[in-house]
Amino acid sequence: MSGSSLRIAAVPRVRVQDDPFDIAAEMECLRQASVLVGGIGSFIGVVRGGGGLVALSLEHYPGMCERILTDLATEATERFDLCGCTVIHRVGRLLVGEPIVLVLAAAAHRAAALDATRFLIDRLKTGAPFWKSEEFDDGRCRWVESCAGDEEAAAGW
Amino acid sequence: MSGTVTILYFAALRERVGRGREVVPFGDMPTVRALLEARRREDAGFNDAFSGPGQVRVAVNKVLADFSTPLHAGDEVAFFPPMTGG
Repeated sequence: MSGSSLRIAAVPRVRVQDDPFDIAAEMECLRQASVLVGGIGSFIGVVRGGGGLVALSLEHYPGMCERILTDLATEATERFDLCGCTVIHRVGRLLVGEPIVLVLAAAAHRAAALDATRFLIDRLKTGAPFWKSEEFDDGRCRWVESCAGDEEAAAGW
Repeated sequence: MSGTVTILYFAALRERVGRGREVVPFGDMPTVRALLEARRREDAGFNDAFSGPGQVRVAVNKVLADFSTPLHAGDEVAFFPPMTGG
């Protein structure tokens, strides 16, 4: 194998958890992963309020979630030549304004970092086994329906 | 060889079926479709749950599958609506 340095494929960090995540700590972890890191792309999904929404509950399929997210993160690492990748998805009952998901992608250059971040959130929205239900201040509950826009975004990659 | 298949239901489908998990004998059900048809014959309410609006997706042993996927004794089959993560 030629080249003066060997790149060892970065192992993605994937977590599915009830607890909130520490964005600064996760970023610092990635920043320190390699001297080759030139940029870290990030996306934080938040429970959007309005229309009387009080909370969002996330149901999930334990075991399959972690596998799908790890597969996606591994695919992103290879496709975009990432130095590191972190995906943390919360489950359980989350109030308006609470963070739901964290996606971080570290790369040598910004294009790869930003593209990988977009790829990951686009793909996990319809590809990872989570299901959201909305709880409103009038007592109503309803399941969020998947939308064609999300399917198209995922297919676009 | 007899055995069982574990069936899991999630989200809105779980509410329509009325349960999240059941274990059924692995009879003459070589595919997911055959399993579904067997359950429908046994349980009219089950039929209603699956004929409601919206698509049904399936995973076998935690890997996304489809209705033609073969089944074996000991498998875990999960039925669920389209995913809404993120």
